[in-house]
Amino acid sequence: MDKTFTRTFTVVGNNFTDAGKVSTEIKMILKQLGINSTIIRRVAIASYESEMNVVMYANKADISLVVSPSEIQIVVEDVGPGIPDIELAMKEGFSTATTEMREMGFGAGMGLPNIKRNADIFNIESIMGKGTKLNITVSLN
Amino acid sequence: MKLNEISEALKCETFCGAEYLDREIKFGCASDLMSDVLAFSRAGAVLLTGLVNIQTINTAFLAEIEALVFVRGKIPDERMIEMAIIKKLPLIGTPYSMYEACGILFNQGLGSTMECISEKVING
Repeated sequence: MDKTFTRTFTVVGNNFTDAGKVSTEIKMILKQLGINSTIIRRVAIASYESEMNVVMYANKADISLVVSPSEIQIVVEDVGPGIPDIELAMKEGFSTATTEMREMGFGAGMGLPNIKRNADIFNIESIMGKGTKLNITVSLN
Repeated sequence: MKLNEISEALKCETFCGAEYLDREIKFGCASDLMSDVLAFSRAGAVLLTGLVNIQTINTAFLAEIEALVFVRGKIPDERMIEMAIIKKLPLIGTPYSMYEACGILFNQGLGSTMECISEKVING
């Protein structure tokens, strides 16, 4: 693949019915682009955890996918409450999830650490009362 | 281990994906916590779970799980089955509890998808 592929998706908060749709689409696109399956799995997991975080905690978000010849980048920019203590949120097991979230099999405090684990470069910024931005990069080399 | 051997060992009924029962399954994985599956499973595993909702299907598809086994007689709804068919994901169900089902497969030699982690913990 020589060219850069770009696509932006919208995810709506609290819509548990459609949660996972964007990540499914991202996985399909990466398959069509002929990306290696191990890489696809890492991107799909990072994207899905991000998508679930938006559904569980934010009002809405734009998730953009950029595939260049050297890397895959996922940027998740939400409008939401923000994260008061990022260091604490990055700890495995720390969670502020509700019962509904836990009933879906999420909200165990694994999301952000799991995104980081699957990324080569992971960046998180959050402004209280405004939202959170994740930058996830997986290298193709 | 083939999926049809797993199905037979666990006395499963097939909800969808009968055409994929000849799939080779490399590992076993059991959890109701989808984040744990996403964090610790490897591609090529069967997932045993008591969690019956759409996110189980999404998790399996995105984490390259080869098949889902619902334990303790749980039955997926129509929407889940429709999604699984699109995603080429076989859904089967066992009357056994999670604990019993895991024991049966482990005894038949199906290794854990999380083996690498337990070895690390035990051996340091």
